Amino acid sequence: MLLGMHLIQGVVNMANSILSVKGLSVQFQTDSEQVLAVDDISFDIFESETFGLVGESGSGKSISALAVLRLLPRSAQMSGNHVYFKNQDLLTLTETGMCQIRGRRIAMIFQDPMVALNPVKSIGFQIAEVIKIHFKLPLPDIYDRVLMLLRQVEIPSPESRIHDYPHQFSGGQLQRIMIAAALAGEPDLLIADEPTTALDVTIQAQILTLLKSIQDQVGMSLWLISHDLALVSTVVDRVAVMQKGRIVEVAPTTQLFKHPEHPYTQTLLAALPSLNSCNAGALLTRNNLLEVKDIRISYPVRKGIFNRVVSHIKAVDGVSFSIQEGKTLALVGESGCGKTTLGKGLLNLIADVEGQILWLGKDINGLQGNSLRRMRSNIQIIFQDPFSSMNPRMLVGQIIDEGMRALHPQLSSERRDSKVAELLQQVGLPVECAMRYPHEFSGGQRQRICIARALAVQPKLIICDEPTSALDVSVQEKIIVLLKSLQQQYGMSYLFISHDLAVVAEIADELAVMYQGKIVESGPVYQVLNDPQQPYTQRLLNAVPKIIRD
Amino acid sequence: MIILWTDALIYLLLISVVSIGVLLRNHDGLKRPLKKIAANKSAMVSMIILLLFVAVGLLDSIHFRAEGQRSSGVISVLDYCTQPLWHHTEKTYSAPFSAYLYSKEYITQEGGHQIWAFPRLKFGGSHLTHPELEKTADVLSLLMTGLSKGLILCLGGLGLRGVFRGKKSEQVKHRYRPGFVFITISILILGVAGLIELSMYYHIFGTDKVGEDVFYQTIKSIRTGLVIGSLTTFIMLPLAVIFGILAGFYRGWVDDIIQYIYTTLNAIPSVLLIAASILMVQVYMANHPESFTNLESRSDLRLLFLCLILGVTSWTGLCRMLRAETLKLREMGYVQAAKALGVKPFGILFQHILPNVMHIILIAVVLDFSALVLAEAVLSYINIGVDPSTYSWGNMINGARLEMAREPVVWWPLIAAFVFMFVLVLTANLFADAVRDAFDPRRSQYGQ
Repeated sequence: MLLGMHLIQGVVNMANSILSVKGLSVQFQTDSEQVLAVDDISFDIFESETFGLVGESGSGKSISALAVLRLLPRSAQMSGNHVYFKNQDLLTLTETGMCQIRGRRIAMIFQDPMVALNPVKSIGFQIAEVIKIHFKLPLPDIYDRVLMLLRQVEIPSPESRIHDYPHQFSGGQLQRIMIAAALAGEPDLLIADEPTTALDVTIQAQILTLLKSIQDQVGMSLWLISHDLALVSTVVDRVAVMQKGRIVEVAPTTQLFKHPEHPYTQTLLAALPSLNSCNAGALLTRNNLLEVKDIRISYPVRKGIFNRVVSHIKAVDGVSFSIQEGKTLALVGESGCGKTTLGKGLLNLIADVEGQILWLGKDINGLQGNSLRRMRSNIQIIFQDPFSSMNPRMLVGQIIDEGMRALHPQLSSERRDSKVAELLQQVGLPVECAMRYPHEFSGGQRQRICIARALAVQPKLIICDEPTSALDVSVQEKIIVLLKSLQQQYGMSYLFISHDLAVVAEIADELAVMYQGKIVESGPVYQVLNDPQQPYTQRLLNAVPKIIRD
Repeated sequence: MIILWTDALIYLLLISVVSIGVLLRNHDGLKRPLKKIAANKSAMVSMIILLLFVAVGLLDSIHFRAEGQRSSGVISVLDYCTQPLWHHTEKTYSAPFSAYLYSKEYITQEGGHQIWAFPRLKFGGSHLTHPELEKTADVLSLLMTGLSKGLILCLGGLGLRGVFRGKKSEQVKHRYRPGFVFITISILILGVAGLIELSMYYHIFGTDKVGEDVFYQTIKSIRTGLVIGSLTTFIMLPLAVIFGILAGFYRGWVDDIIQYIYTTLNAIPSVLLIAASILMVQVYMANHPESFTNLESRSDLRLLFLCLILGVTSWTGLCRMLRAETLKLREMGYVQAAKALGVKPFGILFQHILPNVMHIILIAVVLDFSALVLAEAVLSYINIGVDPSTYSWGNMINGARLEMAREPVVWWPLIAAFVFMFVLVLTANLFADAVRDAFDPRRSQYGQ
């Protein structure tokens, strides 16, 4: 009886499964070794289902999607039992056959809409192109379809915008256009590879809701690939967790979040930053280390033959805040709100900063020459992108050593070497790393080296400019823990710039929310997060994906 | 001993390169790249061949007075070593390894009557009585003699190396096993020895219109090629690098001024500038005959001026590329971090900007080097290149214009110049590729 049930269920699943992957493996052949990127994965995606594939970077999620579409680079070798798409085995299909599948039956949208669209063609043309390939329609009909698609993805006044070029749209709108182009072939399955990663939090939520509503309308299946567990939890029906090329767990969403079975899933869930973890303790008032009064930074807009300044763009527009000794102030806002500009302005990396920057009561704005260099050791910065923030041609030891050489030239080279070793240990890296190059390290390790470089000159304030946003969840967690423990050890302050409220909740004591160059709300972190006053703060908070645990 | 301007500059360049090498000898970051170059076989072969070229060029850059020799009475060490080559002058064209002239003449025979035939050469194959029958065997036996002389030299070298190594390693077998570099050098020595032996009795690349040995012309042209390639680069590089990086790094008015300079310079046709300056030098030399008593110093000054003017006109392209790259680099995280760490602007330029544009400089220099050797040929064609009396591949190619139109065709000067130019440019390219790869840590195979 049980066996019979099982069989029947199996048959039913086979019947309405739209994509059935069995034993798929992908190998990469490099000069020196073979890398198994995808290791014997099997899963099914059913009709009208939203399927989530979650894993950290390098776990092979994008590669498996590309493998299904047979779009892998030449250095990859693919093998597998079968990849059935509606009873058609994609592994044995001819290349011409695949062309009829791609775009028409299975469509894909990519992470970064800015690079996926051709900048010199209008968006209408690019969507129409997809329609022309798959359907034989007269031109006016194609035009109507493009308009319909643009309406479907909720682009305002599509009639007037159909001839616009990609640069005239915002990132969120571009992703909508990409979705429209993907929908143009009326696919049965839409693969969305990190569709919201390059977008702001509030826009992320909009795009996901849009995808979900379109899926309901047209009844296609959606395969969502993401590194963000919390995000996935809000939309998908079933989740597969991928680790190092293997699928370690597949379960319906609610079940997975309630009872994660595999240890890796458990650690992933535990590493998720959550809004509830914020420090609710009473704040002791300490001395103000840095006080910023009415800072304004604007970029000149130049035009004409003599590059005359015709107007200014206000990046930071009258911002005031203060940071106490040994405390962390978080600056939160969406991209383009001026938070990074503000950070660079405080460091005097940007010229023409108006206003007062008081360091222990003394104005340091506009310092130059030696007095500026003396101030340098007090404030340091950690950048977002750990890949571009280190000179690829310098050894890690030299990188960490650089600041000491510049600011403390009196130190002997032995002293500096021992200091480098000490710093490496403090950020949790082996001492031998000093003789290696930055490209030999992973993102998280690089960020540790950047922290060591900043620590080398014993700063009292470190500006952390999105230090974790380029990292995986589990690595992100470790960097936050490291930053916290270093703060306890040395008692320095952080200005933590981020777009992620959940991360901020983990580390910050105080919070300032920035919107269009102004601070709209500030206060102790638990107060702002639990009782936001301003509508913008509320919107930000609502956009943070919350895991449905029950 | 006579020191010409280009000689002095070449040795100055050599001394500065060697002293930079000595200064950087113990630099930490250099060990891995050097090891990597040493492990790259094509790079090592290229380097050894390049070194041979450079050695020939250097030998040709030491001039001294030898009364009665040649018209000017000035010869170089290379000339001294290759005396038989330029003493063996024929009447006119003769093909490679030929014993006869390339054109028919009336020859008066013993009986007194004249015949219309190819006369025998004065030197090429003159030791043979019946060239048609004996030549092949003679060439082979000469080649064998040369090769065996070379072989003796190589074996001697191997033995010597073994004796020196004996101090380090005990194993006799390991001591006398020839390494890869040694094999390459040996092959080169064998080849050179064979060529020397053959060139004593034959014109291995034939002779040109006035009967001069083409092989001699070709190796004399090495110096001209190297001088034009290296001195021009030496003049062009500082201009391009300093202006390009400063414009990109400081922007603002510095950038404006530098951009105006190079757009202005770019707008002037460079052929016009070169022609003007070469004519200027010629006028100067005509007005000051007392300072230029011999032919060598006249043609040398013209060569130097050519390098100078080529250098001044050719830096703009590289400068533009470096400016663009620096504009990108100055916004990179590591440059910002260095600023925040209080590193002075010049420290940033040397530590962060310069090493990261080095690959562009290297590629541009090697490509320019080949382009300059070719430019010399083009300029010689319109008579504003090197002095017609200077041996250069450009002049040889220029001469080939008429030779190719002859019937039957005279092909050997062009081929000889082409082969040597090709080898020089190819080895320079291969070596530069290897250097670029080795100094890019991201391509490094070690430590991963």
